[in-house]
Amino acid sequence: MTDMSQDYNFAYLDEQTKRMIRRALLKAVAIPGYQVPFASREMPMPYGWGTGGVQVTAACLTPEDRLKVIDQGADDTTNAVSIRKFFERTADVAVTEATSEASIIQTRHRIPEQALSEEQILVYQVPIPEPLRFLEPRESETRKMHALEEYGLMHVKLYEDIAKNGHIATAFAYPVKVEGRYVMDPSPIPKFDNPKMDDCPALQLFGAGREQRIYAVPPFTKVVSLDFEDHPFEAGRAAHDCALCGAGDSYLDEVIIDDEGGRMFVCSDTDHCRTRREAGHTGALGVPEAFA
Amino acid sequence: MTPLLEVRDLTKRYGPRIGCADVTFELWPGEVLGIVGESGSGKSTLLSCLAGHLAPDTGSVVYDTRANGARDTLTMSEPERRMLGRTDWAFVHQNPRDGLRMNVSAGGNVGERLMAVGARHYGNIRATASDWLGRVEIADERIDDRPSAFSGGMQQRLQIARNLVTGPRLVFMDEPTGGLDVSVQARLLDLIRALVRDLGLSAIIVTHDLAVVRLLADRLMVMKSGRVVEEGLTDQVLDDPQHAYTQLLVSSVLHV
Ligand SMILES: Nc1ncnc2c1ncn2[C@@H]1O[C@H](COP(=O)(O)OP(=O)(O)O)[C@@H](O)[C@H]1O
Ligand SMILES: [Mg+2]
Ligand SMILES: [Zn+2]
Repeated sequence: MTDMSQDYNFAYLDEQTKRMIRRALLKAVAIPGYQVPFASREMPMPYGWGTGGVQVTAACLTPEDRLKVIDQGADDTTNAVSIRKFFERTADVAVTEATSEASIIQTRHRIPEQALSEEQILVYQVPIPEPLRFLEPRESETRKMHALEEYGLMHVKLYEDIAKNGHIATAFAYPVKVEGRYVMDPSPIPKFDNPKMDDCPALQLFGAGREQRIYAVPPFTKVVSLDFEDHPFEAGRAAHDCALCGAGDSYLDEVIIDDEGGRMFVCSDTDHCRTRREAGHTGALGVPEAFA
Repeated sequence: MTPLLEVRDLTKRYGPRIGCADVTFELWPGEVLGIVGESGSGKSTLLSCLAGHLAPDTGSVVYDTRANGARDTLTMSEPERRMLGRTDWAFVHQNPRDGLRMNVSAGGNVGERLMAVGARHYGNIRATASDWLGRVEIADERIDDRPSAFSGGMQQRLQIARNLVTGPRLVFMDEPTGGLDVSVQARLLDLIRALVRDLGLSAIIVTHDLAVVRLLADRLMVMKSGRVVEEGLTDQVLDDPQHAYTQLLVSSVLHV
């Protein structure tokens, strides 16, 4: 029988590609919030499925790692399951759904509720890395704006928001300033998650496959959400407790529960909710995990 | 008194073709200089070189900066030049689409330069925007409308408000009334004249329309084939042109 490991590269990408991505990652870590171009490779999944995040994860993964993959906070969605399976197959790494047990967490659109540690890497899947794109479509011009720290336009976007809605209505991909220098798009996480990026002990890496950009927030970096003096940033949250675990401080999804339009609010972070229920917390519609 | 702008031997070629050549002049504080000439005579090229939008091949453009006195804007760093461009200078394009953000409200358009220099109080930014819309005769209830919903004349007035909100000392205008109906032109000219006078602005206005400079400019430069062929006080040049080309221009033979 032939040795299969000779035919396949660990974590799919060839070593040269991983080295190229690691060089981009090192540069990204050295210049927090700066978008580093990289030669994104074809991956065996469509864009929009997190090819940027997958390449970053592949370049960071070692055989000893334990991987967690979430999509909107859940481990069991099609996207999360297929990425997890991909790395189980190509890297034979251990996987987990428990935030605390993972050494690398790849995420689409959420930051786990449980505080991350210095031992962890959080890899974000990014669709559009350029926060200035909305108002300035010319790449040559946005690059110059970053280089010269000309960020007035970012506030024009927030101004428009208030003029139209009476308050800053941007609820996802809320722009931040990293270490007092680069303005960064945190990917479409809810602004509720923005404060978790600030002074976070974990390394945060961002990969945009189609747009071929990598950027990073190193551990313990200052991340500030942009705002106005008279319209300060507010993390915001639905005014409910989780129906299953009773959490009053987690980010909630609204779920339809019957044909009569009945709804309930539940933690979007499925691991967080389960962990709480296992510890005996119960919400209005929930039963403790032990009896479920 | 020191000149606000001192231009020496400015030349810009496009390959073998001359854009403008050997242009030398001074602009004094509070002065309005008109640049006239037929289409293709180099007016826009010259203006773009002065405003730092185009890099000339040779020459110098020395500006009397507020902070550091006389500085050659061609050799200063790009961040410095861009900062001048959105604080102490203003540029009014012939086509408002080139000078406005069409997908941003009128208030946001006026507020942008304030935010670019660090304004972070929404209420104050909006109040200033509202004040400036009033000064260019745009009704306050249009503050949240996008310029795409405005008439050509309103768009041009909005562009002017957006430029003047940071209190610039020097305004560059390239055919500011071009493309507008005659009656709209007259109203816009009156407005520009009042603003320039009330704010004590210095301005360089490029136009092929002698009526515009007759109304606005203290002094005139006449360009032909990229070169300045005559200059002087506006009334003198228009009433007693010396150069044969200026005589043609004034007799409106070229004026079609
Ligand atoms: N981008 C360009 N490339 C090549 N030639 C140009 C360019 N812009 C202007 N020119 C030429 O330079 C000369 C001056 O043009 P311009 O400054 O636009 O004149 P004006 O504004 O007086 O009409 C003309 O001969 C014109 O064809
Ligand atoms: Mg022109
Ligand atoms: Zn819950």
